Amino acid sequence: MILFEKVTKKYPNDTVAVRDVTLAIEPSEFVSIVGHSGAGKTTLTKMLLAEERPTSGRVFFGSVDIHRLKKDEIHHFRRKIGTIFQDFRLLPQKTVYENVAFAMEVSGKSDEEIMADVPHVLDLVNLADKAFNFPHELSGGEKQRVAIARAIVNQPDIIIADEPTGNLDPVSTYEIVQILRKINELGTTIILATHNKGVVDSIGRRVLTMEDGVVVRDDPSGKYSM
Amino acid sequence: MFWLTFKRIVRSGLQNFFRNGFVSFSSLLVMTITLFIIVSVMLLGGFLRFSLDQVKEKVDVTVYFVTTAAEPDILAIEKSLEGLPEVASVTYTSRDDALAAFEARHANDSLTLSALGALGANPLEASLEIKAKNPSDYAGIAAFLDSGSSELLSADGSPVIDTVDYSENKAVIDKITNIIDSANQLGLWLAIIFIVVSVAVAFNTIRLIIFMARDEIAVMRLVGASQKYVKGPFVVSGVFAGTIAAFLTLTLSALITFAINHYYGSYFVGFDVFGYYLSHFFGILGVTLGAGILLGALGSYLAVEKYLKD
Repeated sequence: MILFEKVTKKYPNDTVAVRDVTLAIEPSEFVSIVGHSGAGKTTLTKMLLAEERPTSGRVFFGSVDIHRLKKDEIHHFRRKIGTIFQDFRLLPQKTVYENVAFAMEVSGKSDEEIMADVPHVLDLVNLADKAFNFPHELSGGEKQRVAIARAIVNQPDIIIADEPTGNLDPVSTYEIVQILRKINELGTTIILATHNKGVVDSIGRRVLTMEDGVVVRDDPSGKYSM
Repeated sequence: MFWLTFKRIVRSGLQNFFRNGFVSFSSLLVMTITLFIIVSVMLLGGFLRFSLDQVKEKVDVTVYFVTTAAEPDILAIEKSLEGLPEVASVTYTSRDDALAAFEARHANDSLTLSALGALGANPLEASLEIKAKNPSDYAGIAAFLDSGSSELLSADGSPVIDTVDYSENKAVIDKITNIIDSANQLGLWLAIIFIVVSVAVAFNTIRLIIFMARDEIAVMRLVGASQKYVKGPFVVSGVFAGTIAAFLTLTLSALITFAINHYYGSYFVGFDVFGYYLSHFFGILGVTLGAGILLGALGSYLAVEKYLKD
């Protein structure tokens, strides 16, 4: 379970990105966090990834207080979370195969495991034929599917997707949402930050609405409403 | 596990080096220039030492003996001079040798030779040419020769030394000693300045390259890469660039020193630049390779460290 307990995040210029947020996310949930740009969605996910520290409050992953982890424990913790971003964040000098394999390499998986799992995951996101292409040779939708393959290859407990469809056309957006739903059906918790109404409505699961750093609505099977 | 990680880091580092063609080329270029400056400083040092030896060769103190001095007395003085720790060598020229050399030197000057013949006897004095180990030792040797010590007298106690050709040379010797000292110091400072500037430029280039890869570093961290897994490939690329740059520098230096010998050898007053390079090859190889690897590894390590602080 993920628990945000009275979390506030202020930046040095006194901007308050997240204000006294308390919320819990159960295992295998599919949670969409919606809100305008600057509402605090990304800051919330960054605190879950230990990329940002809360100014006050605590963030738990199971029984672990994320921001009490030591510097050399953070990378172990991050291997439990898969991340997908609007700008894909692939390694430009690595092929599709190597980008996915990289996530397994850093977590110390053997070459045999990598050779078995990577083609399987690429098949799952329908990119088996692009395995040896470089990111700059792919379309936006394909890049995002590589990012998803990389995010799921280590079978993480959670996937954080921050505006994953922000740069994509409607067809690619539909494909990405279908893949995320499939991953969630297999038991992985999905946290999706987006302001795409169509995406949220099509999923029809729990929706957290944020405004000015505050969670203003929490619908168990909601639609996008602002 | 260690070897698996090591293997992956090395593979990734080499892959990055070859796939980042232009960036790798620019770092290689800057590092090669830096290493070439270091090698040039070493060669310049060799040239300075060679010039110093040449000048030392040309400096001496000559003692002239009265024409009545007996050869055994002169040879005894030669022996005691050779016993001095400052003395590198003593060369004896007898009166007959001096005459023969004089006649040879003036073989085409019949006027001088006939004047010499008119004298009837050999007017030239026997001499000892003394070379010191260091230019600064000449003063001590000259002082010994002027001291009137019993070792410098004939067997019957009469003085045999006519003149010591040092005080006339003293000013010249002092000047040359000063010039050599100044040249050495100036060379050292110039070398330090050149090396510091070029190393700073190389470090900055590496920093820029890693600055361009900062997003990549962020992605690696998000995927869960440990610090060593992020730093490793950059350090490997740096070491690889440093090694290639070292071998490029060595090849370039060989070609340039060879060309200098061939085309401009006469400007170096007998200094064989290429020969010096070859005879000191392993020392130069060690310094160049060591500096290249250190520059690449340390430069990359420190530059990546900046993006791993938080």
